[in-house]
Amino acid sequence: MTQIFAYIPHKNGAAEDVALEYPEAAKKIDAGASVTAVVTGSGADLDKVAGDMAKIYSEVIKVDNAALAYPNAEVVRKALTAILPANAIVLVAHDTFGMDLAPGLSVKLDSAYAADAIDFEGVDGDALKLVRQELGGAVSTHVTTDISAGAVITIRPGAFAPVDGGSASGTITDKSGDAGDLAAKRTFIEVVEAEVGDVDITKSDVLVSIGRGIEDEDNIEIAQELADAMGAVVSCSRPIVDAKWLEKSRQVGTSGQTVKPKVYMAMGISGSFQHMGGVKGNPFIVAVNKNPKAPIFQVADVGIVEDILDFMPELQEAIEDL
Amino acid sequence: MEILVCVKRVPDTAENEFELNSDGNDLDRDDLVYSVNEWDNYAVEEAIQIVDKVGGSVTVVTVGDDEAEEVLRREMAMGANNGVLLADDAFEGSDGKGIATILKAEIEKGSYDLILTGAQADEGAGQVGGMLAAMLDYPYASLVNKIEVDGDAKIKVGREIEGGNQEMNEIELPCVLSIQTGINEPRYVGIRGIRKVAKVEIPEKDAGALGIDASAVGEAGAKTKRVDYFVPDMGDGAEMLEGSTDEIIEQLIEKLKAKGGL
Ligand SMILES: Cc1cc2nc3c(=O)[nH]c(=O)nc-3n(C[C@H](O)[C@H](O)[C@H](O)COP(=O)(O)OP(=O)(O)OC[C@H]3O[C@@H](n4cnc5c(N)ncnc54)[C@H](O)[C@@H]3O)c2cc1C
Ligand SMILES: Nc1ncnc2c1ncn2[C@@H]1O[C@H](COP(=O)(O)O)[C@@H](O)[C@H]1O
Repeated sequence: MTQIFAYIPHKNGAAEDVALEYPEAAKKIDAGASVTAVVTGSGADLDKVAGDMAKIYSEVIKVDNAALAYPNAEVVRKALTAILPANAIVLVAHDTFGMDLAPGLSVKLDSAYAADAIDFEGVDGDALKLVRQELGGAVSTHVTTDISAGAVITIRPGAFAPVDGGSASGTITDKSGDAGDLAAKRTFIEVVEAEVGDVDITKSDVLVSIGRGIEDEDNIEIAQELADAMGAVVSCSRPIVDAKWLEKSRQVGTSGQTVKPKVYMAMGISGSFQHMGGVKGNPFIVAVNKNPKAPIFQVADVGIVEDILDFMPELQEAIEDL
Repeated sequence: MEILVCVKRVPDTAENEFELNSDGNDLDRDDLVYSVNEWDNYAVEEAIQIVDKVGGSVTVVTVGDDEAEEVLRREMAMGANNGVLLADDAFEGSDGKGIATILKAEIEKGSYDLILTGAQADEGAGQVGGMLAAMLDYPYASLVNKIEVDGDAKIKVGREIEGGNQEMNEIELPCVLSIQTGINEPRYVGIRGIRKVAKVEIPEKDAGALGIDASAVGEAGAKTKRVDYFVPDMGDGAEMLEGSTDEIIEQLIEKLKAKGGL
């Protein structure tokens, strides 16, 4: 029977949503697998999360140490390397913490590594088959990974159906004593909160969101005029902020704002998961993109293959004529 | 400060419409436009800015074929001092650990204080930097969007975390950092800059020169392998509006009205 360990990320005493998604991912790896939740942290927050996880998982391992109070990947890696059995299959969320932790963990466990799985197609012999994407979601691939000596696999948050909150009464095993020496060469100082901008894109029902397809800073005007005609606000994808054309507070995505508009107009945005991860609440998504193969068309409700620089002014005019 | 930046030549996502080849097992690569991985370009710019401030040199390295040399030259045109090409047929089909193993061998031949990678490359893995650090037993920070060099033994780095917040850390040197876009504004490289470095000698090293056991890398050493590329079932993909632009706009306006967009 395959033994799978799911690393539970948590903040302020609450597990991240992905904690409810690992069981489905594990089931797709092996329907008969036993899944153990692994929670590291310190004090009351840790106990709260471990208790919550025992309602979902039949086995929970907790590691309590003051050095784990803030999830420093180097420290967590040391603790996991010390407590996990040989050949463990470990699931980690492909988020900013998982990207910090998981690749190095697989080196220290001397096991296989696979990143950002969005689906699993079972195990054949030693080979686990999984689905992932490349090139910003433009193409999908099947990948096999040899799990005979264990594996660390990151899964994309939101890709697997969540289980219900649960009412199981799992056992919590305290492995704090096994964590070993947790001294690290990297030390956490503080979290600096994102700056608040002049426009709050989270408050608008309609967003005209621009991506790299806007091509030039001067063209942002075109999007602003369309937004004005629609009574909407202009938001954007990350490259627009990287180029300093708009403020960070306008960025939609996992490293930007989470928005829940009624209507989301994605103009010249390819539709990467980090961008779409910030679009919540199931809005009506309109995508305009000159590439008919753009991945955004897989997630949009309505797709239009046009050049946004021509299309936006025409749409604006038609709206003004209503 | 001696800085090594790992760079990769990748298909440019902004310039290409990706299609599968006729067998369906690879991309149709004939007409693909390649460039340096976006994240790596930010890493090289950051390295150059650090060296401009505190002195030292910047070396760019890639594991690739002969064509990968062009990205080394491009980054040298930006201001990197040296380039190294790690090329061998035995490297083909390497997984992330294979690439990290090859890079590690080159790093151990030098004496670097700081090693930079991109946060991720074309395969969207984000794995090589963290693996490399663990193999070298160096500390690591991923998704770095700020570097403050204020000493020889330690530096301060900001990591981008969810919601655009920034996690500040102190990290001992030598270390490996993966660089996130937006950390700086990479300088423009013109044709003239490229021409200036066109004749610079770029050393090429193979498995033998690096002292790597060829069976530990490449297809032979890879535990994780790509089987095929495929086009996902679109499921209920978008309803594509068709017709003249006027007709499309007419349909769109009706839908926007119904959905509360107007
Ligand atoms: C850890 C991490 C966090 C990230 N967080 C975020 C985030 O919060 N938000 C975010 O957006 N990204 C984020 N990213 C980046 C993300 O992976 C993508 O790189 C980014 O979303 C791409 O932005 P884009 O769609 O605007 O650009 P591209 O992917 O380059 O797409 C541009 C699109 O515009 C189309 N186009 C070009 N010209 C025109 C035209 N004239 N008319 C019509 N269409 C045109 C092209 O066909 C293409 O589809 C993150 C990445 C990482 C690694
Ligand atoms: N073939 C390669 N040669 C040199 N560096 C690489 C190579 N592949 C990946 N890297 C480095 O690792 C980073 C992350 O890539 P990846 O782990 O493939 O997503 C890249 O941005 C590069 O800095």
